Amino acid sequence: MPDTHFYRYDDYDRTLVSERVDQFRDQVRRRLAGELTEEQFKPLRLHNGLYLQLHAYMLRIAIPYGTLSSRQLRKLADISRKYDRGYGHFTTRQNLQLNWIKLEDAPDALAALAEVDMHAMQTSGNCIRNVTADHYAGAAIDEIEDPRIWAEIVRQWSTLHPEFTFLPRKFKIAITGSPNDRAAVRVHDIGLRLWRNQQGEVGFEVIVGGGLGRTPMIGKTLREFLPKDELLAYLEATLRVYNRYGRRDNLYKARIKILVHEVGVEKMREEVEAEYAATRDGLRLPAGTIEAIARQFAPPDLPPRPATAGRVEAQRLSDPDFALWLKSNVAPHRVPGYAIVTASLKPAGSPPGDASATQMEGIADITEAYSQAELRVSHEQNLIFPHVAVEDLPQVYRSLAALGFAEANVGKITDIIACPGLDYCALANARSIPVAQRISNHFASLARQHDIGDLKIKISGCINACGHHHVGHIGILGVDRNGVELYQISLGGDVDFGRTALGTILGPAVTADKVVETVDAIVTTYLDAREDGERFVDTYRRIGAQPFKEKVYGPL
Amino acid sequence: MALYSEAGLPASYVALPFADWKARPQWPAVSLANTDPVEDLAPHLGRLRLIILDFPRFSDGRAYSQARLLRGRLGYRGELRATGVVLQDQVAFMLRCGFDSFESEQPGFGEALAKARSLFSVVYQPAEDDQVPAALRRLAHGNAAAS
Repeated sequence: MPDTHFYRYDDYDRTLVSERVDQFRDQVRRRLAGELTEEQFKPLRLHNGLYLQLHAYMLRIAIPYGTLSSRQLRKLADISRKYDRGYGHFTTRQNLQLNWIKLEDAPDALAALAEVDMHAMQTSGNCIRNVTADHYAGAAIDEIEDPRIWAEIVRQWSTLHPEFTFLPRKFKIAITGSPNDRAAVRVHDIGLRLWRNQQGEVGFEVIVGGGLGRTPMIGKTLREFLPKDELLAYLEATLRVYNRYGRRDNLYKARIKILVHEVGVEKMREEVEAEYAATRDGLRLPAGTIEAIARQFAPPDLPPRPATAGRVEAQRLSDPDFALWLKSNVAPHRVPGYAIVTASLKPAGSPPGDASATQMEGIADITEAYSQAELRVSHEQNLIFPHVAVEDLPQVYRSLAALGFAEANVGKITDIIACPGLDYCALANARSIPVAQRISNHFASLARQHDIGDLKIKISGCINACGHHHVGHIGILGVDRNGVELYQISLGGDVDFGRTALGTILGPAVTADKVVETVDAIVTTYLDAREDGERFVDTYRRIGAQPFKEKVYGPL
Repeated sequence: MALYSEAGLPASYVALPFADWKARPQWPAVSLANTDPVEDLAPHLGRLRLIILDFPRFSDGRAYSQARLLRGRLGYRGELRATGVVLQDQVAFMLRCGFDSFESEQPGFGEALAKARSLFSVVYQPAEDDQVPAALRRLAHGNAAAS
């Protein structure tokens, strides 16, 4: 099996993770012995990824920057069998959630994770969360620099940071190294975008105060160009300003976006720059540190393979589903002869993002055979094979089809993002997964999906917006009105490629049984009105909401 | 409320609340709310022997930043005491931010404090204690191996 092409733990990392497991084991023991109250225990378990849901504890396992090896995935399958119900749920933050963990098992589950250099630290709680990055990192054709180098540097700096573990609220950082943003950097507490300036130097645009949730906001540029080796100094200054001045009087106004909104980005910049000027020297990254981490992300040595293959072409012509899969699930790779393949975790009618232990092992087999034993988790809750030879696409397709993950629907109407909703979550007002399943079944025809084209539906079961409904081309928000689950529809959101926009509510919320016909009416309106090559969201922007309103609610 | 210190019980001063202390800034001990501006102490830090910072709830982490500002940027070297809701599971973070004495009601706090510095033999970031971050230990190790 090939060595991994991403960060490998050394003894320092292993020691820290194992000392953390020991500490948590003692904390769980004290909780079970009644020495800690639930109030005292809650932040401790949250900082270790253990969340109390509707029916049981949920363990949210960090997959830093969405990258994992086949060996790690096999271990996740093992853990899900041993400590859970044999499946897991990949999330919009590139993590994996196990929904049925017992408190007394949690330390053993964390110790098992540590065996494959993984942990669940800081996947919950009011701290710097697991850092996310472009899921095509290291393989994308448009990449300036691998963002995972910086994501790993941020991971280390933020892990058990003594000053920033009790922030006003959670804090999410995303990094992209490509001009086509696939990491949604404008809807994070801090988004980092690597770019090359006119002098040819690569640095970061630092974006602050984006986010979804109750008060969706698009992030603002705090610093146009930050030299790379100053990254941690600048982050530390920003976090310090937030920790000191972020609101703590109201849970719903505690994110950094509210601080930035209330004081204004200019004042925020002034405060951050002052702090940064005073402290930057202590945190400048030594060249040796950057180089050592960058070396670990050196791309794999991909042997030359033909850019086209007769058998791919033959199958494309004879098998229409395969032809559609090539169009929607296969992306160009920076190395000719290779491709990036997305395994869709959204087969028709299934809960988005779920995989059984057996499916995880099947995925591990495929990547060991065809993609350098590596994987990525996308924020769209799919799994990515980063380095597949074009010649091998038919075998990969066949193997994925056997697992049920070869649906040719990436970016299409059934590639739905949905939060766990009322089926699992204590915060939810309404079910999300069954709504996603009904839409997915209704639009199951691949030919129809490809005719409709790129159309992203995002569903949240409550106003906290874990399903990112604000940035769905069609956003669906579950609300509770006097005990009835209703769904509010919004149109025109977007998050891809720097075109970040928030959707606008179309009209009155609809009941659960009307969601599918409402979506269908919206799609029909688009199909009737679209011009050549126009995506749904482009048509919406051109013609406005009125034709959609009339179709859904009747003439006004 | 018991008082703990790694170095045995510190000398005792009566700390004035910040508003009173501002009227007599030559007084050697001050007690701050976590919203008080620590920068205002800067001209007087040489005289101060004790600064008390408050954790009104253990989940309110503002005093961690106050502590690091005092120890780091402002260079305060006197006693830095944590008061309020001070619990053993936060004490390792407090030590790293530069606190060296603690008022706590929690049973067993003293034993936990004695062990707190050995909980984590590896840290990833510089703070206000003597621990060398992993990145610098790796560099030193690499340089030693290369020479």
